[in-house]
Amino acid sequence: MSNETQIPEIGAIGLVRYFWRQLTSMRTALVLLLLLALAAIPGSLIPQNAQNPMAVADYFKQHKTLAIWFERFSLFDVYSSPWFSAIYILLFISLIGCVLPRSFEHLQATRALPPKTPKNLARMEHFQAWPANGNEIEIAKAWLKAKRFRVLENEDSISAEKGYLRETGNLFFHISLILILVGVLIGGLFGVRGSAILTQGERFVNNATSYDTISFGQISKESSLPPFTIKIDKFVAKYNTLTSAPEDYTLYVTTVAEPGATPKQQVVKVNSPLTFGSTRVYLQANGYSPIVTVQDKRGNVTFQGPVPFLPQDANLRSIGAIKVPDGDPQLGFVASFVPTYERSSNQGAISVFPELLDPKLLFSIWQGDLGLDSGVPQSVYRIDTSKMKQISLNSLKPGEFLKFSEGTITFENVVPWVNLQIVSDPGKSYSLIGGIVAILGLLASLFTRRRRIWIRVSAGEVQVAGLAKNGAPGLAIEMSEFVAKLKGY
Amino acid sequence: MSAQDWAYISNYAIYSAMVLFTLAFFGHAYETAWAVRTPIASAETEGNLVTKTFDTSRTQKAMRIATTMMILGFLFLLFGVATRGVSAGRVPWGNMYEFSITGALAFTGAYLFALRKYDLRWLGVLVSFSVLLTLGTAVTLLYVPSSPLVPALKSTWLVIHVSAAIISGGVFLLANVIAAAYLYLDNMESKGPRKVWAQRLPSLEVLDQLSYRLVAFVFPLWTFAVIAGAIWAESAWGRYWGWDPKETWAFITWVAYAAYLHARVTVGWRGRRAAWLCLLAGSTFLFNYVYVNVWGTGKHTYSGL
Ligand code: HEM
Repeated sequence: MSNETQIPEIGAIGLVRYFWRQLTSMRTALVLLLLLALAAIPGSLIPQNAQNPMAVADYFKQHKTLAIWFERFSLFDVYSSPWFSAIYILLFISLIGCVLPRSFEHLQATRALPPKTPKNLARMEHFQAWPANGNEIEIAKAWLKAKRFRVLENEDSISAEKGYLRETGNLFFHISLILILVGVLIGGLFGVRGSAILTQGERFVNNATSYDTISFGQISKESSLPPFTIKIDKFVAKYNTLTSAPEDYTLYVTTVAEPGATPKQQVVKVNSPLTFGSTRVYLQANGYSPIVTVQDKRGNVTFQGPVPFLPQDANLRSIGAIKVPDGDPQLGFVASFVPTYERSSNQGAISVFPELLDPKLLFSIWQGDLGLDSGVPQSVYRIDTSKMKQISLNSLKPGEFLKFSEGTITFENVVPWVNLQIVSDPGKSYSLIGGIVAILGLLASLFTRRRRIWIRVSAGEVQVAGLAKNGAPGLAIEMSEFVAKLKGY
Repeated sequence: MSAQDWAYISNYAIYSAMVLFTLAFFGHAYETAWAVRTPIASAETEGNLVTKTFDTSRTQKAMRIATTMMILGFLFLLFGVATRGVSAGRVPWGNMYEFSITGALAFTGAYLFALRKYDLRWLGVLVSFSVLLTLGTAVTLLYVPSSPLVPALKSTWLVIHVSAAIISGGVFLLANVIAAAYLYLDNMESKGPRKVWAQRLPSLEVLDQLSYRLVAFVFPLWTFAVIAGAIWAESAWGRYWGWDPKETWAFITWVAYAAYLHARVTVGWRGRRAAWLCLLAGSTFLFNYVYVNVWGTGKHTYSGL
């Protein structure tokens, strides 16, 4: 005989099976959960591209080398990074591998009866024994059935079990987590999200060209946009007179669900979006659009219309740019707008209230090359004045006009603009259902106690015992009720 | 009465509650200290004054007074939170000050509620002290005048979301205090028998079970709070989940407590390791509350700071 022990050949299948068992083990689930929590942290401390691209750009300016390293490790896109994805995908594979077999087992178990009464009850918890009267088994059976235990009768004993709902709830909870993830994935694949700035009086037609920004999911297409139109009738904002804090925003619109449908008048508020099928329209932001007319020296209109200005503070001091590319030379107005004008000694023109109490448009006029043809994308709120020359500096109230060397500018009026966010997320109802089932499953699972109770009457002696799974509380009380019933108290 | 008057009444109620919690604190401190008796030298003790004994008979009264103060403090705080809401014409959960006073209310509420079932009065010193600390920071550092809500916060889901979150927070905090007590006593026991004053505290097993049961009890509520928040975010911002810092940390807390429950139920962690994990999960909740509200950016920074 040799001393060598035979090491069994594992082989490829064995190896796969080994890893599968590791992956679906409880310890792995625990480690992956903790890892997921840990991996979510950097995204809340470092600016993220998806939430705040401006802050990311700033970060690149301020910490050049660090930012490059962050970029390499996807730290500006944590929640779509390979390592974050790897953790939750592994977790969900582990979850599926764990939950499916348990579900089958449990399906069988729901029809099965509890296992036989153990031989030696004296070794179990909550054991008690006393001289028998004779009818204990009948009483016990009636009591256990009334309490909706499942009962298995042997010759001289009963084995009863209750609390299968715990496992059912637990399985529903874990399965619904998968449903939530499925909802998120569907939203990512088929969803559409975009936004558009609209001035009061404007009409929005839902096709890709009407958007200021729009992003499609991996599979969704332009043709999937539902053909509705929204006309912005009126926007009303109310502010607190003491603090300038907004108190209410109300947007009145006329909508047409599809060409030919009857127009409907509707109201949009911050917490109540418009709904067209699975597409919803949200009121996101607002500001002012001064309406201006620019004429050249001969009186021809070279520009006319509302120009959305970008709010800078709580009192809606806003900045904007009026670009007149069609004149010769090109003209640009670098402007700021204040709804309630006041002069501050150190900041110049400021606004002291967000409503239109004393509106004023302040601007400098530039002539030269606006640089619109240079191919470099430009902000609509700013003008690149590097190839321009300032020719005037002035301010106007609504209704006033100004003559300058190249023509006239008239400040006609001010209207509000709103930013609508238009979102289609066909996956969210799955996630919602998943969320609801998750809670119900959790409640069922955490508040159900699984336990067994046994009784045996033999040799003139009654023996009872009980066992609570996971050391769930309350069995002692239940046992004492049971015993009291048996003894006829 | 004007909104201003209600705001003053609310402030007075909060100050009164602080006085009551201070009394409760001294009551509990007194009974914790005085229940330990050093025996009088006699033939029986053979002149040995080192063996202290534990005797609550002389401190029963202090204990009862302290609990009464705690209940009164709770009622005043409840009144203060409610009148704050009346003065602002909305639910009183619009900024850090209001979150803090409501959080203190939920924490005391959780303690008093648990007191009906378990004798937790040994926790009284810690509870009254933490409540005082929270209220003290609230009135000195976080106070802002009462004012209406910005439009995004006007939603039924906000009420549901925030109340669920605050109650969960109160219970998580209590579970944390108990887990900390576990670790402290466990450390003490590893060096020898418990000190006399600690003898009346529950056994390690009871503490271990208690903190687990509190977490298991509120975990569904916290899950609900997160989902209600997602529903609210969907109706206000057009996305139910956006990895905003506040959302991210709510998620981290949720995952950390899920890990805790897993560790206990499936992997079988008990005692020390479970207590540490419980503290870790609880600190993610606190971190969310302090860091994200005060220093954070993102859409949730309505804190008024
Ligand atoms: C997305 C990740 C997961 C989360 C958030 C999660 C969460 C939870 C929670 C909160 C509990 C305790 C509540 C209850 O008993 O129902 C629990 C229990 C449990 N989980 Fe998970 N879990 C996850 C993944 C997994 C995985 C991957 C497995 C299998 C490897 C698993 C197996 C179990 C089991 C067996 C129980 C205990 C059942 C019992 O005896 O009560 N879970 N889980």
